[in-house]
Amino acid sequence: MRGRRVDNLVALAAPLLLVVAVAALGSQLNPVRQLEFGDALVSVSIVVALYVFVGNSGVLSFGHISFVAVGAYLSGILTLEVEQKNLILPTMFAFLRNSHTGTPVSLLLAAAVGAVFALIAGGPLMRLSGLPAGIATFAVLGITTNIISYWDKIGPGVTALSLVPTNGIWVFMVGALIAIAVAFAYQLSPFGRKLRATREDPLAAQASGIHVHRQRLYAFVLSGALAGFAGGLLVHELGSITPDQVSVELTFTTLAMLVVGGVSSLFGAVLGALLISGLNSFLADAEQGVNIGFQLTLPTGTRLVTIGAVMALVLILRPSGLTGGREVRLPRRRT
Amino acid sequence: MTFLQSLIDGIGLGAVYAVVAVGIGLVFGVMRLVNFAYGELITAGGYTLALLSGAPAIVAIIVCFAVVVTLALIQERVAFRPLRGASPATMLIATFAVSFLLQNVYLLIFGSRGSTVGTLGQLNQAIAIGSLRIRYITIVAAVAGAALLGGLTFVLNRTMIGLQLRAAAADLRTARTLGVRADRVITAAFAISGLLAASVAILLTVQSPLVTPDYGVSITIFALIGVVVGGLDRLLTASLGGFAIGFAQAFVGDLLPSSGSQYLPSVVYGLVVLILVLRPSGLFASRRVTAAERV
Repeated sequence: MRGRRVDNLVALAAPLLLVVAVAALGSQLNPVRQLEFGDALVSVSIVVALYVFVGNSGVLSFGHISFVAVGAYLSGILTLEVEQKNLILPTMFAFLRNSHTGTPVSLLLAAAVGAVFALIAGGPLMRLSGLPAGIATFAVLGITTNIISYWDKIGPGVTALSLVPTNGIWVFMVGALIAIAVAFAYQLSPFGRKLRATREDPLAAQASGIHVHRQRLYAFVLSGALAGFAGGLLVHELGSITPDQVSVELTFTTLAMLVVGGVSSLFGAVLGALLISGLNSFLADAEQGVNIGFQLTLPTGTRLVTIGAVMALVLILRPSGLTGGREVRLPRRRT
Repeated sequence: MTFLQSLIDGIGLGAVYAVVAVGIGLVFGVMRLVNFAYGELITAGGYTLALLSGAPAIVAIIVCFAVVVTLALIQERVAFRPLRGASPATMLIATFAVSFLLQNVYLLIFGSRGSTVGTLGQLNQAIAIGSLRIRYITIVAAVAGAALLGGLTFVLNRTMIGLQLRAAAADLRTARTLGVRADRVITAAFAISGLLAASVAILLTVQSPLVTPDYGVSITIFALIGVVVGGLDRLLTASLGGFAIGFAQAFVGDLLPSSGSQYLPSVVYGLVVLILVLRPSGLFASRRVTAAERV
């Protein structure tokens, strides 16, 4: 029993320490770099949210960015001043226009709305698995993007929601730490264990009395709450948001981060998010010209080509991700 | 009269979608792999035609077929062969990565402004029958779609490689123990899906001649939705699903009042969710019990 407790402690500490180290490193750098590190930490939160469902259930979801989008818009709108909103968003519902909250409260409300949306969408969708589940969750994303883009009672429509107050790197670190801790607690709980049993063998799990749909729905709702929360962090990192920023492309990049790190481990989710974000920022700099011992200037456009090539290569060479889907463990002496 | 017009447009569009659906379904049958990078094959065909706009149409078309089939075989050999046996989720994401990579390669080479295809542009002219306008390309698309699907049916039912493809689609492991060579059938499936993609590129560039790096993306996504809604298990249901989605696109736009037309995607996606929840194995699938698929 003692050995397992140590194992759990190490498995939780590793991603937490990694995130703290990245934040500490980022805080020492210039403001432009700090933005990049903040972006990486927000990606960690989004990918961890995705992991809670995809990693534990083994069912692919292309719809999670819907919850990120809803969280981002709600949190962003709530933190705008009432006078600003009456000026720039006159068509919006009065209760949204006339309410104002601080960032922490707006993040909690973003998590709540993410959870409620996930509950509504997940109720029918959790009966599906495999490709139909992928397409149906993608359809949910399509509906969300479409409605956010055109319904001017809930937001600014296709134009950007801007002037959202931004936060420093420590806020995003704390956010990522909270997401990781929640994901880890879930993973150790009876719910998490039951869901992972259904991932390994749905028929055997069902035969042992596990209600597959119900367990998937629990994970989907928790994951929706974390995604809404992460969306709130995202809008307070960017300072503005458009419907396109929380749509298909973000879905693809976050899924790729998860798969590159290793779908079935929390550490893999964190590592994948940090590595791909880091690579992305580095290449963006290199396109402008960067000095790494020698002057390196890449032609414009190489960033996305390289990112795509790296993702494809990792998947081809290590299909179960860089971590192989395992948590961090101490090397163990043979007994 | 607008009803008849929609019907004609729907048939033209539906035929193209049906061909895309079969291209995706064929590879899925043999490899259990949904190739999101299929759209980039169509885009490659589009760029080839754009570069050869000055050349005689027949040359452009032959080169287009050669380029697209080669690219399909390269995709298989370099990216998807090493992933055989990986989890379906990993394979799906890998095809996403390949699609993303190719789009950005196109962006790097050709830029974002797009290249225009001039080959076969004269097919855009229309014949007027009463108040109906039928463009030649609609007729060509319908005939070509029928011919391609007919030809494929012939190959699948009457040739050795077709028999092997069907055997592999039914059960690859058993087929291999009976002497079907996996590499050969999978290569054949990719080659045929490349041929279909090249044909789609030729038909599609007549109707929308501006080729951009994401040219093939939306048609692939919509065809894929059609395939899954129709039923991925068999090529017939997959192509019916593809046809239906093309048809629906032509029709729903006409039926919806213009004030609500911006919400058209929501209506289509909502219908997709509804159908999938009610009939997860597809609208046209038979009600037999299918083996549990684990993704």
